Amino acid sequence: MSAAFSPQPAAPLPEGAQLAAHMAARHRAGWIWQGLFLLATCVGIIGLSALLYNVVNSAFGFVAVVEKVDPATLAERPLEELTKDELVAILQANLSRGAFNKLDKDQAFADRSRENVLEVVYERVVQLEVEESYTLSESLFNRAAIAAEVAAEYPEAKLEWRSWLTPQFVTTPMSSKPEYAGVRTALLGSLVLVALTIAFALPIGVMAAIYLQEYAGRNWINNLIQTNIYNLSGVPSIVYGMLGLAVFVRTLEALTSGAMFGVTDSNGRTILSAAMTMALLILPIIIVNAQEAIKAVPDSFRQAAYGLGATKWQTVWHHVLPNALPGILTGSILAVSRAIGETAPLVVVGASTFITADPDSPFAKFTALPIQIYNWTARPQAEFRNIAAAAILVLLALLLTLNATAILLRNRFSRRVY
Amino acid sequence: MEQTTNLPVGLAEAIPAAAQPSDLRRRPRILETLIQSALFLAGALSIAITASIVIVLGQESLLFFTNPEVSVVEFFTTLRWQPAILQFGVWPLVTATLMTSFIGILVAMPLGLMAAIFLSEYASPRVKGILKPTLEVLAGIPTVVYGYFALTFMTPLLRAVFGSDVVQIYNNASAGIVIGIMIMPLVTSMSEDALSAVPRALREGAYGLGATKLETAVQVVVPAAFSGVVAAFIIGVSRAFGETMIVAIAAGAGPKLTLNPFDSAETIAGHIVRISGGDLSYASLDYESLFALALVLFVITLGLNLISRHIVEKFREAYE
Repeated sequence: MSAAFSPQPAAPLPEGAQLAAHMAARHRAGWIWQGLFLLATCVGIIGLSALLYNVVNSAFGFVAVVEKVDPATLAERPLEELTKDELVAILQANLSRGAFNKLDKDQAFADRSRENVLEVVYERVVQLEVEESYTLSESLFNRAAIAAEVAAEYPEAKLEWRSWLTPQFVTTPMSSKPEYAGVRTALLGSLVLVALTIAFALPIGVMAAIYLQEYAGRNWINNLIQTNIYNLSGVPSIVYGMLGLAVFVRTLEALTSGAMFGVTDSNGRTILSAAMTMALLILPIIIVNAQEAIKAVPDSFRQAAYGLGATKWQTVWHHVLPNALPGILTGSILAVSRAIGETAPLVVVGASTFITADPDSPFAKFTALPIQIYNWTARPQAEFRNIAAAAILVLLALLLTLNATAILLRNRFSRRVY
Repeated sequence: MEQTTNLPVGLAEAIPAAAQPSDLRRRPRILETLIQSALFLAGALSIAITASIVIVLGQESLLFFTNPEVSVVEFFTTLRWQPAILQFGVWPLVTATLMTSFIGILVAMPLGLMAAIFLSEYASPRVKGILKPTLEVLAGIPTVVYGYFALTFMTPLLRAVFGSDVVQIYNNASAGIVIGIMIMPLVTSMSEDALSAVPRALREGAYGLGATKLETAVQVVVPAAFSGVVAAFIIGVSRAFGETMIVAIAAGAGPKLTLNPFDSAETIAGHIVRISGGDLSYASLDYESLFALALVLFVITLGLNLISRHIVEKFREAYE
């Protein structure tokens, strides 16, 4: 290419057939490279497709299931048709008294739903266990081979179709057995965490953006603040985690464990610590986005307000902020979706790996969806990969909802032309 | 807000007495001052955050290095990181970090720049309207999902291609490639912004001299946007350096000094996550060592970000 383009005055320019060949070569290079550029762009899309395929592939498929006790021996009708009382009776008949009482103590049977009791029956009495799981693609295209393999290796097992992502998966808490584990605790943890995070970060972020955009003159301190915000947005999330560990978990333990407010059974590794850490992490993103939104409000609005005798704050509060609000919200939603997916700072701040109680206060121990995915992915058993995939689908669905909201907001309000 | 209601009254009084308006202007507005101070404090909080990062990391690292078992010289010169037997040589972690980042950059840079050229120079608005949001989706996927992808897709793929006796289950190559896929949208989007900002007149000039579209893009537009492209690369490098979950899941546990990308070796960030995820007691050597590692990570990424901004500001081509 460079030979074609750097003109050398001394050499004679190509003419006739030589010129035609030369031009053809240049155009050929153009076409080839255009194809390569397109290909490079498509690699991103291929990567995205591979990622989604990989997750969906693990979240559904055939499983070889072994039942220690045949459900047909427990009752005359299929278990699914029994009432709650009949199911409780089965539990009482088949479990030791101690085990039954312990279940009752965990959550009284009177308070449990029929679905929950049914699940307990499957877990404790039938003892349903997944021996082997197959991916979606194997299940679809290789069914005969799977059936043969299961028949040979697990003579007692039944081959069943299983979706690892079910309504129950979303509503049941953590379990040590992948067949019964769910993401309820993690999902609630993520939601509480994000709500607290945004409660800390949004007001401060918007205030900082207003200051920088509307009030700050050009002097060294304001330049420092601005440069500093850009730099903070480039700090790796794990460094924020270390900051949170040292400051919120350790130094401010009295506050974050709730000891100041009379909570006694907790240490600093609470949802509050995690939310404060996360707030620091998304603060720069919120500030930068809010600044952009405020910058987009035309100056004529401000001048009109001043012309009518409004003070600076009146101008900002009544005119600039309402007009910048959609942009600020969109930016904040994007920051929230960053916070929902962050894992490393939560691990460092001390998310619990195994917890079944819903988070009921800011001083509760917590887990979150990405933490759950990390833990399950890190385990060697294949079934944990399956539920990790199902949890990823839940997480992606949550993110998709948030981003769709952001895009809707942006489209709805950006049609206004100043 | 009280001024809103007071104002008309004030104005009405101001009309007969000519001196009134200047008094009105000079009236101290306590609320305004208070608000401005509060806003300033919110802005200044960011400086407090940076300061506390530096103080916290510095303080704990200082505790670490003043420990009799540890020395700064050994930290930077010895080649083994085994806290259990009190050996703190940072190099195994650094080489693993460098390797995963390098592989990531090797994937992300050419792809990112080429995709940026395509989007900015070749794609019609309609095609761009489809491709760009897709890349943005890719940028919004949580890194833990990429980690899952690396372990359950990329690693088996590498093992199928290169043989499972060559490629370990946990390896740097798989983590690095997926890091590359993760930072590619960032590099693409920043480079594309830089390329799109090059004025049309430069392209028209090149066409006028008889350049083809490719020659215009590669020899005129890319050099004109060079500072922006370099800045995008450096931000990409910094992101790759600080990336944690992908390496924590896919690159393996246990520091190891190796240059084989198919070997498992723990990176700085991966080590911090693994150790802090376990039972970690405060004021222990392990705890303090993590802060020293985080400081190394912080200094490197901050340095890269500063260089990137400096390049953007210093070498910005102004076409006005």
